Amino acid sequence: MNTEILGVIATYGLTLLLAWPLARYIVKVFRGDKVWSDFMSPLERLFYKFSGINPKEEMDWKQHMKALLTINLVWFVYAFFALLFQDKLPLNPDGNPGQSPDLAFNSAISFLVNCNLQHYSGETGVTYFTQLFVLAFLQFVSAATGIAALIVVFKAFKEKTVTKLGNFWEIFLKTITRILLPLCLLIAVILIFNGTPASYAGKTSVVTLQGDTVNVSRGPAAGFIAIKHLGTNGGGWFGANSAHPFENPNYIGYITEMVAQVVIPIAMVFALGMFIQRRKFAYVIFGIMTIGMICLLIPTMQAEMSGNPALAHMGVQQLTGSMEGKEVRFGPAGTAYWSTVTTIISTGSICGFHDSMMPMSGLMELLGMMLNCLYGGCGVGILNYYIYVIIAVFISGLMVGRTPEFMGHKLEAREVKIAALITLLSPFLILAGTAIACYVFVHHPNADWAVKPSSWLNNPGYHGFSEMLYEMTSSNANNGSGFEGLGDGNMFWNISTGFVLILGRYLPIIGPVAIAGIMGAKKHIPESAGTLRTDSLTFGAMTFAVIVILTALSYFPALALGPIAEYFSLYK
Amino acid sequence: MKKYLLPSIKLTVLLVVLLGGIYPLLLAGIAKLAPGKGDGVTVMHNGKVVGFEQIGQKFTEDKYFWSRPSAVDYNAAGSGGSNKAANNPDYLKVVQERIDTFLVHNPDVKKSEIPAELVTASASGLDPHLSPAAANIQVARVAKARGIATDKLKQLIADNTKAPVWGMFGTPTVNVLKLNVALDELK
Repeated sequence: MNTEILGVIATYGLTLLLAWPLARYIVKVFRGDKVWSDFMSPLERLFYKFSGINPKEEMDWKQHMKALLTINLVWFVYAFFALLFQDKLPLNPDGNPGQSPDLAFNSAISFLVNCNLQHYSGETGVTYFTQLFVLAFLQFVSAATGIAALIVVFKAFKEKTVTKLGNFWEIFLKTITRILLPLCLLIAVILIFNGTPASYAGKTSVVTLQGDTVNVSRGPAAGFIAIKHLGTNGGGWFGANSAHPFENPNYIGYITEMVAQVVIPIAMVFALGMFIQRRKFAYVIFGIMTIGMICLLIPTMQAEMSGNPALAHMGVQQLTGSMEGKEVRFGPAGTAYWSTVTTIISTGSICGFHDSMMPMSGLMELLGMMLNCLYGGCGVGILNYYIYVIIAVFISGLMVGRTPEFMGHKLEAREVKIAALITLLSPFLILAGTAIACYVFVHHPNADWAVKPSSWLNNPGYHGFSEMLYEMTSSNANNGSGFEGLGDGNMFWNISTGFVLILGRYLPIIGPVAIAGIMGAKKHIPESAGTLRTDSLTFGAMTFAVIVILTALSYFPALALGPIAEYFSLYK
Repeated sequence: MKKYLLPSIKLTVLLVVLLGGIYPLLLAGIAKLAPGKGDGVTVMHNGKVVGFEQIGQKFTEDKYFWSRPSAVDYNAAGSGGSNKAANNPDYLKVVQERIDTFLVHNPDVKKSEIPAELVTASASGLDPHLSPAAANIQVARVAKARGIATDKLKQLIADNTKAPVWGMFGTPTVNVLKLNVALDELK
């Protein structure tokens, strides 16, 4: 078998091997067992003491959400002003300017919500100070926010009837000190020894072998790249993200970053089974998520490895597949695998540009983000899947004609309403957002508030529509990848995606936590012969069907106008 | 909300110091032990730095092996790809021009032998590598320009080829800058 495909299989296999022990470790940390990282506890105590936090104070789900939203608001204010005035702050060896208010708004939000859209380019749009003290900081804390919300849900599942669900600050801080920080150090050191820069040295000038003078951007990138993947953030230090040879120097770097971005999402699924002691429930979820991933991966790899038919028509040789927007060291198969993983989980880092990939790959990437629950982002992936589970339980209940139950609690109108609203939110934001963008593009091509709308699109026709659809989908999914040909650095895109980002982040966190919190507080009903078993394969298939049907109904028309139409025009 | 505001601010200050300050400083310290000391690994020729191992360079002269086309013209103060769609007519025109240019400089090569990577732009615009096939297709041109036997050049490419990890995972690559430095140092 060819070495590119073997590389992909080995990378996925290694991820599973590492996810298992990581899941056990995560469970121990949040159960409060003794673990090797207990040497961190003096530091944590210092943090609690200085901040005036009592980590033993138990919170209900509403208090959790209040704490979560308050600290997120603090981060937003901090990030917005730091980006606005970054030119006046230290650590700016390349002399980069401050961001405009609309760009700072977008950048601050997109890092705050774990998305990392990046309407700027890393080499010129930010300084070392904002990269490290603002963006990398947000990459840590936004990932920890998602995980903390998920742990609250775990706690609600675990107990028969419960209102007190642990302390938000403690869960949040431990996620950073016990999970993210130690793993990031390890990942960053691997990258450093493979050639990723980590010093504070600025841009340098070299005379090339042929005698040209070029400038080379550098900087303390290794630590940033580690948390960008481990926290499923995806924002690159350099403009070309993980396609940049400093950011992702070789195939070892590829494997490292690839494993890093998907290991926590997979581990969280295993951890769910261990934590609530319903392992079969978690295995079924893992199985469904994996089947979903393979359904997206195989068409992508097939399309990329067969090459671009338009180039084949011109008569050149495509030995390994399509190479536009790809790097030799990763190859088409490796880039295809990366594109699938980065869109199903909410990383959005890239090792080859999605805009130049085949229409079939573009379709799969869009679907990955629309589903947003196959493994999914740090913590939030399972929260998204949980919404589909609630819908599936509800529909199953209707089919057999009894009151639906989940985890020993009755599922009633209020919870189903929340789930339905969250499910409808995504298509509303994506489709309405894309429609507005199309309207502005057609009717206001020269408006001042959208700097250069007439040159939004880098490609004509169906693919141009896909560029706008992709940007809105990526924002709603908090993914952060893009069809980067889109000219998104203007007021329209900065502000519109900014609001999509906020709604697409916080409502899908609050919704599932609220459902779990409300249900957890209800009277526990012991399982009987009449209880719908949620850990069976049948129920797994039911959930899968719900996901497929809802997605198809919501998005098929939009997808037909974009990648599907492009597919038929390319392979005619 | 108010109850949580002060703890939020204080905790944020501490975490900014830990994650934004101490964490990267620690890594910069560790990097002093790594090749390139964390500044990026450089390539030397005749006692001078001629570039970074990871950062690709533009080669236009016939006597050098050419790198892949770049959307940023190998200006490493930025990076990026073309972001052109598969059947964008403007893009296909550019590819056709690259094919024609390549054929003019490499008269011994047939169009059907040109590997696509030599006429398509990389993702970073700084791709330092070629596949062995894309290097070998340029041998006849370089041999003629330098008056070196083709066998010797093929050997040089083989010597500069990095196999996939453990011979099994990933792609074989040739670092173009290192290959060209080795070429200049030949004799």
